[in-house]
Amino acid sequence: MIQLENVTKTYPKASRPSLDNVSVGIEKGEFVFFIGPSGSGKSTIIKLLLHEVAPSNGKVVVNTKDVTTLRSWKIPHFRRSIGCVFQDFRLLPNRTAYENVAFALEVIGKTKAVARRVVPEVLELVGLGGKEHRYPHELSGGEQQRVAVARAFVNRPLILLADEPTGNLDPDTSIEIMRLLDRINRTGTTVVMVTHDSNIVNQMRRRVIEIESGRIVRDQARGVYG
Amino acid sequence: MRLKYVLNEVLVGLWRNVTMTVAMIITMSVSLTMLGASVLLYMQVDQMKNFYYGEIEVSIFLRDDVTEPQRAAIDQAIAANPLVESKQYESKQQAFDKFQVIWRDSPDFIKSVTPDSLPESFRVKLKDPEQYATFADQMRSMQGIQDIVDQRELLKKVFDIFNSIQVMALVVAGVMALAALLLVGNTIQVAAYSKRREVAVMKLVGASNWFIQAPFVLEAVAAGLIGSILGFVFLFVSKVALLDGRLQALTNVLTPIPNGNVWLMLPLLAGVGALVSAVTAWVTLRFYLRV
Repeated sequence: MIQLENVTKTYPKASRPSLDNVSVGIEKGEFVFFIGPSGSGKSTIIKLLLHEVAPSNGKVVVNTKDVTTLRSWKIPHFRRSIGCVFQDFRLLPNRTAYENVAFALEVIGKTKAVARRVVPEVLELVGLGGKEHRYPHELSGGEQQRVAVARAFVNRPLILLADEPTGNLDPDTSIEIMRLLDRINRTGTTVVMVTHDSNIVNQMRRRVIEIESGRIVRDQARGVYG
Repeated sequence: MRLKYVLNEVLVGLWRNVTMTVAMIITMSVSLTMLGASVLLYMQVDQMKNFYYGEIEVSIFLRDDVTEPQRAAIDQAIAANPLVESKQYESKQQAFDKFQVIWRDSPDFIKSVTPDSLPESFRVKLKDPEQYATFADQMRSMQGIQDIVDQRELLKKVFDIFNSIQVMALVVAGVMALAALLLVGNTIQVAAYSKRREVAVMKLVGASNWFIQAPFVLEAVAAGLIGSILGFVFLFVSKVALLDGRLQALTNVLTPIPNGNVWLMLPLLAGVGALVSAVTAWVTLRFYLRV
């Protein structure tokens, strides 16, 4: 599903590469943690998978597509097969939970009728039934992140990327979000999560890939934070 | 639905920053008015050249003491010259008759002039009025010629004035266009900034580039079109008020500007206004909405 082959990424003006000759394969339906200290290069992996940045060297294959050779006008369509969740939620403050999720559908050309059918369903799935018409500022952090997850998942993407999704949440709420991601993973969606929340990693007991200074130092099938 | 969304975004966008929108429209319309005026002037000068150059002639004035053989030689030389289309001899008496008609309002002046005091002349029409210099050089060496006068020289001064007005209008149009472009660029930047969250989400979920950019580009195009319509109205009103009204006398001397030409400016201004705004907006977005 995801294949990094000898990927090196050096940002302009950086003294050393963020990722240094990294090779890793992730199968369909896997749940993978990327862990490591700040600046270790784990967020760069998310950016590479979204094609927000291009690798300096090596090959990135997502969903059988070689992202490195993808034409720029094809990138939007490519991104529709990937859902994404961030630490800061990235919701639109002037739109309700329903509208936030529907917006993601409408801007890729889905009709309002489709949105009316699909959005309540996915909001129900993330546990926000009854709160569709609240604005982000009327929701708790955990609830806001649920809206973000609903938005990422509403297109039924093959891959869900999560960049420190619990970074702004308290431990209990974090665990609820993890349960949600676990549920989404069980529908067959590949989940890639970048985190340095040791608590969560230890509880989930999923594959852990540890990165330090741009290199993979550990890849463990049912790992802990260590 | 998508069309409705895009149109709605355009309206909201124009309204969000209404002072900037107005500034953009005004500069755009002034610039386009100047452009329209200079194009009209250009067409006008062209038309006047065709009109007057068909009429003008070269006058070869003969000396008072010209002899019969000299006059015959000149006559023959003109007839034999391949540049000449037609010629006409004007005697002292004929010149005096014409003189009396032209100055009929000043009888005292006419009294002071006798047929003898006016020179006889050949009025020559050239096939191509531009060939005047060549023709004059060929004739000048002949005996008995006092002076060779090209009426075109007089018109040239008039056309020079027109040309400089036209250049001035173009310069103003260019400067205003630059200001308009900067305003368009700025408006688009402000719009992109105020919608940065939406744009970020749209990119994230894979909205196509044209869908993200269309509202911004159309916003600029709408302003450009409104500006061009205003510019056209300016142009039309000033044509009616000035040339058909206050400056009527001038219009009689010059050839009239046909209304058709003025109407022609509408699609021209609209096209230039819309295209320039669209390109500016699109280029600005390339810098501010990296996809």
